[in-house]
Amino acid sequence: MSTLSVPAGTAPATTSRTEKKATNKTGKRRLPLLPALIFVIAVTQIPFLLTLFYSFQSWNLVRPGSQHFVGLQNYVDVFTDSTFLGALLNTVVLTVVCVFVSLLLGLGLAILLDRKFAGRGFVRTLLITPFLILPAAGALLWKTTMFDPTFGLLHFVFNTDVDWLSQFPLAAVMAQIVWQWTPFMMLLTLAGLQSQSKEVLEAASVDGANRWRTFFSITLPHLSRFLQLATLLGAIYIVNSFDAIFLMTQGGPGTASTNLPFYIYQRAFEGFDIGQSSAMGVVVVILTMIVATFALRLMFRAFSVDGGTK
Amino acid sequence: MRKLLCLLAATALFVTGCAGAGSLGNGERTLVVAIVSNAQMKDAISLKGEFEKKNPGVNLKFVSLPENEARAKITASTATQGGEFDVVMISNYEAPQWAANGWLENLEPHMKATPGYDENDFIPSIRDSLSYQNQMYAVPFYGESSFVAYRKDLFQKAGITMPAHPTWAQIAEYAAKLDDKQAGVAGICLRGKPGWGESLAPFTTVANTFGAQYFDKDWNAKLTSPEFTKAANFYVNLVREHGEVGASSAGFTECGTQYAQGNVAMWYDATSMTGTTEDPSTSHVVGKNGYAPAPVDKTQASGWLYAWSLAIPKVAKDKDDAWKFMAWMTDKEYAKKVGEAYGWNRVPPGTRKSVYEIPQYKDAAKAYAQPTLDGIANANQQKTMVSAPPYPGIQFVGIPEFQDLGTRVSQQLSAAIAGQTSVADALEQSQKYAETVGKSYQEVAG
Repeated sequence: MSTLSVPAGTAPATTSRTEKKATNKTGKRRLPLLPALIFVIAVTQIPFLLTLFYSFQSWNLVRPGSQHFVGLQNYVDVFTDSTFLGALLNTVVLTVVCVFVSLLLGLGLAILLDRKFAGRGFVRTLLITPFLILPAAGALLWKTTMFDPTFGLLHFVFNTDVDWLSQFPLAAVMAQIVWQWTPFMMLLTLAGLQSQSKEVLEAASVDGANRWRTFFSITLPHLSRFLQLATLLGAIYIVNSFDAIFLMTQGGPGTASTNLPFYIYQRAFEGFDIGQSSAMGVVVVILTMIVATFALRLMFRAFSVDGGTK
Repeated sequence: MRKLLCLLAATALFVTGCAGAGSLGNGERTLVVAIVSNAQMKDAISLKGEFEKKNPGVNLKFVSLPENEARAKITASTATQGGEFDVVMISNYEAPQWAANGWLENLEPHMKATPGYDENDFIPSIRDSLSYQNQMYAVPFYGESSFVAYRKDLFQKAGITMPAHPTWAQIAEYAAKLDDKQAGVAGICLRGKPGWGESLAPFTTVANTFGAQYFDKDWNAKLTSPEFTKAANFYVNLVREHGEVGASSAGFTECGTQYAQGNVAMWYDATSMTGTTEDPSTSHVVGKNGYAPAPVDKTQASGWLYAWSLAIPKVAKDKDDAWKFMAWMTDKEYAKKVGEAYGWNRVPPGTRKSVYEIPQYKDAAKAYAQPTLDGIANANQQKTMVSAPPYPGIQFVGIPEFQDLGTRVSQQLSAAIAGQTSVADALEQSQKYAETVGKSYQEVAG
């Protein structure tokens, strides 16, 4: 989605021969990759440049002849638009809460699945299922079978007439997203748990460490890189949540559950305001890049340091 | 998210679109029709075999979507001259604007060349609303105004008589009397679902009759005026105190369900609601309903005017077949076809005067035929507004920006109905949006 530059100093050195020869050689070796690179640049960067160009224009698609250059006016409008700021806040809340909660739940489930018991494979398959369901189908499932104030399971279980989607719109959307992403977090942490060396765990129990102590002093540090990866990947996907909001609440009531992707969609495909929506897109890309670069730095640091296992 | 914008950019760049009318050799042609998936349109889709039999070699392919999605898709395709569709379903909001932009085919020559089509049979106000410079650019499939449906039995029980021309003050009073939480009957159903074609349509007619307007004649936004504030408070309080449950997400469909299930005593909405309220297969209240004209405050009428219609984009490849299909769906015979196949209550109302002369239809629609016709006949700015605004339209502002502005205002209204914001704050925010739009018109004028 967004262009990321790998922070300097993290790319492994390719050769240790003399400089000039080396660049020549690698240049030759990379020549066949050029068409692919050009193709990637064409399909990812040209549309972005166009978007950048449109973001300096005032252009309403349904008003022919309305296209003219306005400089930075669109960006000024974006930052003074209270709906945009609300959507930004919603996006942050949604991403942080969903990633955090699904990570905790995923970690809990992974720890439970890390031990041997009858029917483990079956349980694991069941737990992964929400992640395999189409996002759109999952959203509709939650909208009707769970939250509906007349036919919903929640209504049936708690016997309340709460209209969840209009009274707690953002929380309802977050519940659906957490349900969908918990299995993903669980899989990553489970992979981490199963790669622990048995000797270290045995040594810990020989040294008289109890379960808690072992978990906090050995397992958690070992898991940290896996948790970071899960957080990063989860955040990248959840920031872009669209299906759940489009299908469950349409960003409403009012704009209570509007996040940035949905808001940009509305400005582009309901407002047909090309300039405004392009400017928003650019702002969001820049924000995402800042966050992602920061997160990537953290990750590379985590991977370059040996995680405590030998 | 960037994907969306890329798509947009790509569409703007490569204005090729996918070939709509691909010829499949041997003279087989496919006509792609973008249509809104309302009940009456679904009937038309299920009758398509009849058209294909009459016109061998033309296959119909319908792209049918709910109103909001259909509108977004059709607008994007037409504005970028994409050419994906041979026939599009639009309304009297788009038709004059798009005709002025040169995006639509003029239908006058086609109508004149079709024997028995008789364009003079269309109700004049509907015809005018689909015309640009006295030429029709879209033909109406069904037309509607708005009125109040009410339960005669509940009114009788409460000892109330509905006047021939109710005012909003009276309606509010009746709603309070008929509101019966024990029996599970709310006083009135009014839309609260965001969307310029959803909650804003009934609300704007209330605003009009209270003397409020979106813009004065110099394009100054007027959403915080005393009249507008009064209208917004009236609407929001009425629906919060005596309205349906889940009001902030209830639209035309949801209100229809509530009324047909007997959960509300009154319903102010589109005259096309009779397809829901009088259909024995969906409604438990058939035969118990009365229909009164749209309630008023300062004006003599307040009903809206809306017509789902068919048009041909300028870039469509196969205009002759497109017209053949449109003529089939909007001619005098179509009403009889639907009447005989599905029942006379399902005939698309409010377009042709001749439909109202068919004896079977007259008989089936006696409760609402006249109120519908009266509503449509009175739906003009002179009768529904206190003064002439600088824009066309009754329940909408006939400018391109209104889709966006209206949706934003309706979101604020819906938040006020849900109790998440106050009416004053909602109008304050809406005023800001409206000022931005008004300014761009002042620049053009000044």
